[in-house]
Amino acid sequence: MINTFQFDTTSLTAILPEIFLLSAIVIILLLDLFLTKPFKQVTYYLTQISLLITGVLAFNLIGQPETIILGGSFVLDDMASVFKVFLMVSAMVAMVYSRHYLLQHTLFRGEYFVLIMLSILGMMVMVSGYSLLTLYLGLEILSLSLYTLIAIARDRSEAVEAALKYFVLGAIASGLLLYGMSMIYGISGSLNIGEIMAFSSSATLASRDILVLNFGLVFLVIGIAFKLGAVPFHMWVPDVYQGAPTSVTMFISTVPKIAAVAMLVRLLVDGLGMMQSYWSDLFMMLAILSIALGSIVALLQTNIKRLLAYSTISHIGFVLLGFSTGVVSGYGAAVFYILAYVLMSLAAFGVIILLNKKGFEADLISDYKGLSKHSPWFALMMLIVMLSMAGMPPFIGFYAKLLILQQVVSSGMIIVAIIAVVFAVISAYYYLQIIKSMYFEAPDKEINLSAPIDMKLILSINAVLILVVGLFPDFWMKLALSLF
Amino acid sequence: MENSILSLLIWLPIFGGGLVILLGNERAVTARWVSLAISILVFVMSLSLWTGFDSSTHLMQFAEKSSWITYFNIYYHLGVDGISMPLIILTTFSTILVIAAGWEVIQKRPAHYMAAFLMMEGLIIGVFSSLDAILFYAFWEASLIPMLLIVGIWGGDNRVYAAIKFFLYTFLGSVFMLVSLIYMYNKSGSFSILDMHDLSLTVAEQAWIFWAFFMAFAVKVPMFPVHTWLPDAHVQAPTGGSVILAAIMLKMGGYGFFRFSLPITPDASLQFSGVMITLSLIAIVYIGFVALVQRDMKKLIAYSSISHMGFVTLGVFALFLAYNPNSPEGAFLGLEGAMVQMISHGFISAAMFLVVGVLYDRLHSREISTYGGVINTMPKFTGFAVLFAMANAGLPGTSGFVGEFMVILGAVQANIWYAVLAATTLIVGAAYTLWMVKRVFWGKITNPAVQTLNDINSREFSILAILTLAVLIMGLYPQPVIEVIHVSIDHLLHQALASKL
Repeated sequence: MINTFQFDTTSLTAILPEIFLLSAIVIILLLDLFLTKPFKQVTYYLTQISLLITGVLAFNLIGQPETIILGGSFVLDDMASVFKVFLMVSAMVAMVYSRHYLLQHTLFRGEYFVLIMLSILGMMVMVSGYSLLTLYLGLEILSLSLYTLIAIARDRSEAVEAALKYFVLGAIASGLLLYGMSMIYGISGSLNIGEIMAFSSSATLASRDILVLNFGLVFLVIGIAFKLGAVPFHMWVPDVYQGAPTSVTMFISTVPKIAAVAMLVRLLVDGLGMMQSYWSDLFMMLAILSIALGSIVALLQTNIKRLLAYSTISHIGFVLLGFSTGVVSGYGAAVFYILAYVLMSLAAFGVIILLNKKGFEADLISDYKGLSKHSPWFALMMLIVMLSMAGMPPFIGFYAKLLILQQVVSSGMIIVAIIAVVFAVISAYYYLQIIKSMYFEAPDKEINLSAPIDMKLILSINAVLILVVGLFPDFWMKLALSLF
Repeated sequence: MENSILSLLIWLPIFGGGLVILLGNERAVTARWVSLAISILVFVMSLSLWTGFDSSTHLMQFAEKSSWITYFNIYYHLGVDGISMPLIILTTFSTILVIAAGWEVIQKRPAHYMAAFLMMEGLIIGVFSSLDAILFYAFWEASLIPMLLIVGIWGGDNRVYAAIKFFLYTFLGSVFMLVSLIYMYNKSGSFSILDMHDLSLTVAEQAWIFWAFFMAFAVKVPMFPVHTWLPDAHVQAPTGGSVILAAIMLKMGGYGFFRFSLPITPDASLQFSGVMITLSLIAIVYIGFVALVQRDMKKLIAYSSISHMGFVTLGVFALFLAYNPNSPEGAFLGLEGAMVQMISHGFISAAMFLVVGVLYDRLHSREISTYGGVINTMPKFTGFAVLFAMANAGLPGTSGFVGEFMVILGAVQANIWYAVLAATTLIVGAAYTLWMVKRVFWGKITNPAVQTLNDINSREFSILAILTLAVLIMGLYPQPVIEVIHVSIDHLLHQALASKL
């Protein structure tokens, strides 16, 4: 069934943030061509302003009744608006950190910011996509921008290698996702999420229909697991994290994860919610494998970016654990976890980038030796981030794990909860390695921080928020749980 | 003021510690005085808990309750009874000693050192006064962080290993407790510890929860066979770290048994009391012998701590066998003795570690063989040291005697052989303590370095004199302490003996 497109201008308010961002991208792309060297910074500021305005536009849409526009391919609900606000805020923070990195490593180019904005546009489409095709388009806009972003350090062979690896594996994953979508379209006869939901929940479903839906479902899960970096589809994560320029690594490890979770919700909860008993088992396996592998393999790493890659894998495991409970409060817990994770991950990469200067990547754990001596404040910030990632109270990482564990225990999977906490303790070991480097060892080289004041300020706020939200998590927990 | 005294006791040292950090290591003198002032202020304030305490009720006093995380029904709920109140005062008391003991000795980042102890003080008071399980867990885990840094930054040569081992051991223990707390929350819809006391649980549930609690508390006490982190942590920690570790952090484990295991899982406690008593006796006897052969003074005292904490767990779990409806005093004595032993061990272990600290500050060696004939150059100091050693060996008239004697009396009611085994520690304890005293303090000077030692200065003298008073008062007239804990222990005994099935 094909709906006719109606360009009713009143309905376009729902898509205003996307329209604004797209126009801003086009203008900034053109403008950047005419900016001479001393004015290159203008691109950065325009980007920040555009992201801010987009965020405000999205914020104003919170509380609107659910509307589905553009022939059923775009949905505006509270989840979409809240996610978009979080996308903008985390992207803006990431941009503040990125600028320092780009300037230090002479990678500062206008295209960088344009590509970042394009990928964010892709993410917004993923968050609001209400048909298989829109979701896929959003994902491709995101992925293609990311491939290019990684290769922006084109004279560094490891960056190019990472970009190629990501591209090839990403293309396969997109193919699998598309294959799954085609099966679901084939059997349900519709690309629309709502109609797929109606089809899969109809009482007259033949066993043949269920079989095909299941086939499609497995491919969807694989595609999503790949994008999230869950085991066993995680192979690209450590290599890409290590090879990409740190500012791009930071971006990949944070903002797109929010969008990937949103896509998961759209496809599997909104679209195939009736098949939950099938996909929650898959997620359970992915989750346990991710938590286990992420915790164990990270023990051996000496490169902090690689270490954080494995740590991400294990955090993603916890997120999937929330989805595997198959209840609404479990999904809420997973959303809370991913937002907490983004906050922590931004701060962790922020500290790495803070130490960067020309010719010094600060990507080895040993580079952090004696940081508490040179910069007690930022060592403390990193300490907070690491303890929070390890799940120590009173930091936000603890409450994120608490929410997930509570959901897991309440759905009767106590053994899974015990496995998860044991691996959380194992993962504490490698977070302690960084703390050890910073606090217990003497510095072996001078570390002076050349970062601008705005970066230091934002980074401090970012890390302190991990503590503050940890002390008063009530509002954020309720927000995350109100989205479903 | 009256109502927020507990909050004040928790947050004043934590924010005070923040202030000391802001003062910075450059202004070390100011930082030291500010820290000392804060710790004395907190101690004086904590005394108002004692004076305002109503010892005729087991109900929670000085209670505060406000909602914190409404989604989970978690409250910021504080309150103390006769079990937690003395431990809070012990905490505030020890913190003053620790800050005074680190006065000149700590030259490396002195402000941060003081701040870490102040923050830890606040967090530990939080542990003892939380009545909400998640609040308790948050304080419980957060108190690991300052200790990790204290051992890791100011510790000895092998400090990194010791700090990480300490952290991971205790972290691993407590996550199981977290899962069981969540389980009970899902059953009852409340994280309140007092609600959990009344929650009815089946035999199987109690067994699982009991062992989960065991993982958390036994590591902290520490009980045999999960004690191995303690000697490492103690040996590597700076003197102040050892004092807080022995005097207070070990008590958190004992407190856990009092506050969680007994009242929440009484039937499982009964069921597994045999195992627990066996482990306690192994700790008392076997670890006592292990202490005998140590060459390192701190290690010796660390093992002696494990052995003495064995009395706490023995007193707690012997009550099930000692209980006799016609004469309930036996079980009661054991439990009360365990509590007294915790407080007394807080004083004695602090004193012993400070004694070693005094020697270490001078010669930078913890080896017994480095010393010999210290009495010749440090007569005043030797006087204190011998007194504390006697207390450690359980000499009547010192606080070490009271608790152990009560526990042994309780154990006699349970089984005469338990009492016999436990009593051997009086001999073994005397053996390892006095032998160490003989080798370190008495005899001729064998090492020329000992010849150069100066006797204790007035700061060290005051610290040791205060502890001497505490040890003697607790030993000669323990009545005030027993009065305070009496009703709460009695209530706990009833909780422990009332089946939940």
